[in-house]
Amino acid sequence: MTWGRSIARSLLAAAAAVPMIAGLTTATPAAAETTLRVVMHSDLKIVDPIWTTAYITRNHGYMIYDTLFAMDEKLNVTPQMVDTWKVSDDKLTYTFTLRDGLKWHDGQPVTAEDCIASIKRWGAKDSMGQKLLSFVADMKATDANTFTMQLKEAYGLVLLSLAKPSSNVPFMMPKRVAETPPGDQISDYIGSGPFKFEKDQWKPGDKTVYTKFADYKPRSEPGSWAAGGKVAKVDRVEWISMPDHQTAVNALVAGEIDVLEAPPHDLLPILEGSSDVALLNTNPLGNQYMFRMNWLHPPFDNQKVRQAAIAALAQEPFLQAVIGNPKYYKVCPAMFVCDTPFAFTEGGDAMVKSDFDKSKALLKEAGYDGTPVVLMHSTDLAVLTNLAPVAADLLRKGGFTVDMQSMDWQTLVSRRSKKEKPAEGGWNAFLTSWVAADILNPISAAGYNTGCDKGWFGWPCDEEMEKLRNSFSTETDEAKQKDLAKQIQIRAMTIGTHAHAGQWYQPTAIRSDRVDGMLNGPAPFFWNISKKGG
Amino acid sequence: MLAFVARRLLATIPVLAMVALFVFLMLRLTPGDPAAIIAGDNATPIQIEEIRDRLGLNDPLPTQLVIWIGKLLQGDLGESFFFKMKVTDLIIQRVEPTLALATTTMILTLLVAIPLGVVAAYRQGGWLDRAVMGLSVAGFSIPVFVLGYLLIYIFAVELKWFPVQGYKSISAGLWPFLHRLILPSITLSVIYIALIARITRASVIDVLGEDYIRTAKAKGLTNRVVLVRHALRNAAVPIVTIVGIGIALLIGGVVVTESVYNIPGLGRLTVDAVLGRDYPTIQAVILVFSFVYVLINLLIDLSYTLLDPRIRY
Amino acid sequence: MTAPDLVDSAAQAAASAQRPSLFRQMLRNHSVTFGTVVLLAMVILGLVAPYLGTIDPASIDPVWRNKVPGTERTITLPSGEDVAFIHRMGTDSLGRDLYSRVIYGARISLIVGLFVALISVAIGLTIGLVSGYIRWLDGIVMRVMDGLMAIPNILLAIGLVSLWGAGVVTVIIAIAVPEIPRVVRLVRSIVLSIREEPYVEAAISVGTPLIPILYRHVLPNTVAPLLVQGTYVCASAILVEAILSFLGVGIPPETPTWGNIMAEGRVLFQVFPHNIMFPGVFLALTILAVNLLGDGLRDTLDPRMAKRF
Repeated sequence: MTWGRSIARSLLAAAAAVPMIAGLTTATPAAAETTLRVVMHSDLKIVDPIWTTAYITRNHGYMIYDTLFAMDEKLNVTPQMVDTWKVSDDKLTYTFTLRDGLKWHDGQPVTAEDCIASIKRWGAKDSMGQKLLSFVADMKATDANTFTMQLKEAYGLVLLSLAKPSSNVPFMMPKRVAETPPGDQISDYIGSGPFKFEKDQWKPGDKTVYTKFADYKPRSEPGSWAAGGKVAKVDRVEWISMPDHQTAVNALVAGEIDVLEAPPHDLLPILEGSSDVALLNTNPLGNQYMFRMNWLHPPFDNQKVRQAAIAALAQEPFLQAVIGNPKYYKVCPAMFVCDTPFAFTEGGDAMVKSDFDKSKALLKEAGYDGTPVVLMHSTDLAVLTNLAPVAADLLRKGGFTVDMQSMDWQTLVSRRSKKEKPAEGGWNAFLTSWVAADILNPISAAGYNTGCDKGWFGWPCDEEMEKLRNSFSTETDEAKQKDLAKQIQIRAMTIGTHAHAGQWYQPTAIRSDRVDGMLNGPAPFFWNISKKGG
Repeated sequence: MLAFVARRLLATIPVLAMVALFVFLMLRLTPGDPAAIIAGDNATPIQIEEIRDRLGLNDPLPTQLVIWIGKLLQGDLGESFFFKMKVTDLIIQRVEPTLALATTTMILTLLVAIPLGVVAAYRQGGWLDRAVMGLSVAGFSIPVFVLGYLLIYIFAVELKWFPVQGYKSISAGLWPFLHRLILPSITLSVIYIALIARITRASVIDVLGEDYIRTAKAKGLTNRVVLVRHALRNAAVPIVTIVGIGIALLIGGVVVTESVYNIPGLGRLTVDAVLGRDYPTIQAVILVFSFVYVLINLLIDLSYTLLDPRIRY
Repeated sequence: MTAPDLVDSAAQAAASAQRPSLFRQMLRNHSVTFGTVVLLAMVILGLVAPYLGTIDPASIDPVWRNKVPGTERTITLPSGEDVAFIHRMGTDSLGRDLYSRVIYGARISLIVGLFVALISVAIGLTIGLVSGYIRWLDGIVMRVMDGLMAIPNILLAIGLVSLWGAGVVTVIIAIAVPEIPRVVRLVRSIVLSIREEPYVEAAISVGTPLIPILYRHVLPNTVAPLLVQGTYVCASAILVEAILSFLGVGIPPETPTWGNIMAEGRVLFQVFPHNIMFPGVFLALTILAVNLLGDGLRDTLDPRMAKRF
């Protein structure tokens, strides 16, 4: 039966290859095929990178889709699919021209119409995209390769939005796919990226297979983050799902896999002890922990109490408890991530040290009556498990009563969307982690949205903050933008939207004896990687 | 006999209906929102609400139930919330690994446990008995995941006799298939060997106290004949019950082993689906499990009549 | 001799033969002695945990995480006094004292094991006796049991945990419920066998009412297998609790149990084996004791026990 099926599959493959063979002289010999075996941080479940913000789906998007613009290592926006672009003097009209010879995986050329449809679908879903589209009056294709974007008023973040490096990334899809209603999942997985998604070989919970897209035209510049040339140097990439970290680490040491995206920090000593394994810090900006408070219910409906919590918390205990090795963490007062354009100390330095006396004083002032803080504790993700116990400990020392409730991460995710009172299935606080690339500015970082019901879980409400964010997004002058970002940070700490609980780095482990060329980036990229042997 | 089988098969229908209703209600009445999980970490509450609408989770419960039952009656188990894939296809992908692991484990268990149990009963109180009991205690006292890690560490990482993880279909050849199943089967069978050896021992000792055994011995039959022909045969009813329960347990119990050894089987599908609140998949997998359980129990009941002619249906 | 006489005299003979010496017989049995002593020791350990040089098992200190056994340090008592303290078994990944966690863990692990066994055996026995004996009920009950058995305990546990929040009671119920049908099936298989025995048929034929028959003839025959099964349930409950923790839905780690200490420590298995080793030794000892006690009781309680082979 398997035999019969494989015959059927090769027949299908042959049929699909016919149009390509017409343009090609020889096929590459099958013997030299290289396969990169990778264990990612989780299993690929959803294959629509616009439908979900899950990081694994974003990573899948980077495999098979391409973007108009991309951010390079120095956080500069550079063109990727776009060849040239123009901004009119009044800053209201953007004109984009695509590179020549871009093709979809089915061999059709990439057109301006495709891009417009893709921007629209992304803009319907993504928060930064929604903001962008609210400024856009019209998008029109002027020829097959060129389109214009007409703005209602000047907007400072057009290119930054199109180069958004993390969820949801504005990936380009063929028009027919992009016209899927944003609420429905796409069911056609044709992209124009350096790898093709092999849907027939996809076994959810087991493995996901990508093969090199032979017709991909990489840029000539060297690769840097998602910018520059995306040259696929292996024929096949397999994402193998392995729910058990210990097993994955052993599989890497035994050479059964080539790359392990996110080994837990406590297991790093095993990998460091293996001479064939190297640890790369491919995401130098790292990640940031967040302590999020719910504004709807006591005690965190009171600004003074929120400030008391911020006073009691400090970054180092969290980082020590989860990451352990100082090589992989950093105490960082900047809410928009250290070593980035919007990194400031002001206000954010409250998270450097705990001040329990201040916390107790604030609680007294607020008339805190000992209402327990219902703190949700997720127990099944290594990088989150130890956070809540530390928070509970610090809050108790700062005079709070804490009711820590343990649950699996998925339950936590469901429960945090509940607005009910904590006793009726709601919550007061939880901790999570953000990829730095998601929170580099107050528009893309969901935590600063203080639009009440429209905000992220916790639903903070603050008009002044919203004004600041609006000015930030329309400001085109860099210096003024920086100043606004600083004011936003101070405001966030004053009103207590959340606390930034420390910056940490996730090394990726590779077999250094056979894998070479892994690029840095906010997501793991698999182009530019070469492999020795099968 | 045939009428009995037919009646029992008919009786599975209400069982399955009950399980279906129970699971359906339990999933929807417990907190936990698949839409929030699907939407991902950065999603806004509005995005989540939209997904909930699309999945039909905002419909009233009876409507959802009617839709599901309607499809079920047409043999359609629905589509996974996550994978854009028919649940039936998902399950078919996962059946082989679990079946392979369960079969090798059960064979290994029976080959080891029954002889051990009989010998222990025969030599009751002797060093062999103590050794068997000691082993069975050890089998109980190590959590499966610890044993799995230990075996991987010793035999795969250090000695490199076996691969650390993974599964190869039997169509890839018998040796690659077995090579990857040996460690998981040993890991999983230890607790069943412990259980079945104990029960075998206990039942055989029980039977050895019966009058007809005394008679058989008095007739001058050798111990071995008495042991195998009379004692083991008559001790078979409780043993078979436990073996049946073992198979049932095994289907649910492969979960941890499948995780540790990274075998893409049904156990992992269930846990992933439960943790991800993938309602259609959970419902379908549990229905399939229920059906298998019911079948196994029917087989056990039938085997009673073969083993103990005094039991009739 | 008529059948009822036979039955009665046999029962009387059995009763008079064993009753006076039962307790002494048990004492003479080494398994029972050993099992009782170890179990009692564990119970006492759990009860007097605060007086055994332990500190708060939930108190965390990230600076002192993952220390090997024997690490010395100074700690500040709640009274504000600084004292020297030795982490006899090291610390876990949150800097909690493993020795204190293992000693306090005895409490919950024993409670889980005991209550799961009691609940599932009590309910399972009742259902099994009734359904094995009353033919028309048998079909219905067994199908319900089949249905119950078909639902993986993990699903049940997650469901119950998300309903009531993770806790000891939730976990006990979640582990006990799936055990019930297994007990029922075992009891029923015995009842089916016994019901065909001549002395039971005889008792029925002379019109002995249901309850006395069950009580006098059937019940005693279930004691031995149920003790074995009960010890298995108790032992496996302690393990299943660990597996639920492994899957992230067990008793929250602030309440230490041997199972969740091991589940938490499993990630560090190759680097810091003490996290699994120490609770593992206590777990193994306890299960050994439970099993030996079960076997010992079985040997002394079974009236037909014969050691002539």
